[in-house]
Amino acid sequence: MKDANAALLSNFEVFQLLTDLKQQRKDSGKHKQSSGQQNLNTIMYETLKYISKTPCRFQSPEIVRDFLIAMKGHKLTKAEKLQLLNHRPMTAVEIQLMVEESEERLTEEQIESLLQTVSSVLPGNPAEELQKQATTAAEEDDDPE
Amino acid sequence: MFVLVEMMDTVRIPPWQFEMKLNDSIAEELNKKLANKVVYNVGLCICLYDITKLEDSYIFPGDGASHTKVHFRYVVFHPFLDEILIGEIKGCSQDGVHVSLGFFDDIVIPPESLQQPAKFDEAEQVWVWEYETEEGAHDLYMDTGEEIRFRIVDESFVDTSPTGPSSTEASTSGATEEVQKKEAPYTLVGSISEPGLGLLSWWTNS
Repeated sequence: MKDANAALLSNFEVFQLLTDLKQQRKDSGKHKQSSGQQNLNTIMYETLKYISKTPCRFQSPEIVRDFLIAMKGHKLTKAEKLQLLNHRPMTAVEIQLMVEESEERLTEEQIESLLQTVSSVLPGNPAEELQKQATTAAEEDDDPE
Repeated sequence: MFVLVEMMDTVRIPPWQFEMKLNDSIAEELNKKLANKVVYNVGLCICLYDITKLEDSYIFPGDGASHTKVHFRYVVFHPFLDEILIGEIKGCSQDGVHVSLGFFDDIVIPPESLQQPAKFDEAEQVWVWEYETEEGAHDLYMDTGEEIRFRIVDESFVDTSPTGPSSTEASTSGATEEVQKKEAPYTLVGSISEPGLGLLSWWTNS
């Protein structure tokens, strides 16, 4: 054990890693199906299942970068920004949970502007996503096979 | 929720795997050893992130396998104190509400950390939040399968490595082994006693 806390990972980074790993293992064929790999399979499956239900499934590296740049002005700790990225809060109550001593550090307008930044930079508004999926499905139907 | 942990270990590659590329066989061995396992005081290991350094491989007399010292980074589940997480209620008991994340099950919210006042409904075996408004009291049930938002307040690691045979009392029989509790190596204690915490359905506006 060298460093038990080298870096914090966002859900998105773990999501990307596991999806890539899953693809790699599928491509390399079935020769790694020995019983030793069962643990890896189980944990990958369960973790991917959990993370796929969180907002990170709509994120991309550019979005994460834009989010961190947008967050610079708000003076939040790394852990707070990470929680906002992972959870995509939509109400003031959620912001107060994730930001320590938010009553002292943020005014109501600042909380409002934080919520605005989060909703505009991070995708994941359920209504928007449904609409996007509907338009892509319509486009596919138009294309003649 | 997840952290990157730098580790160092000596990996043994048996001779029949020499045809594989060294990096691949090392990655396979490390995942075999650590994936889905709890490391004491570190957390639940998920999968290998990358290999940072490979030292020379040695073969020792008497063992045909090669031994390589590897420096690598592993993705570990280890939420920090006060982190907010969303999980699913697995069940309720006298000890509190049991929550699971799918890949990690040992999370418990003790009765004192529930939204107060709370009572345990013996008939349905479920915890209930007695929410008071001007109109009267609403009983909010914490049913199995519901999504719940909670804060991590404590964690505990238990060393579950096997101990040697302990001195036994006179009445030893096979039955005493079943009395040994199966302790989870890593447990998290949560709390929902703040506004915004608890079942997601309690706090959604629509």
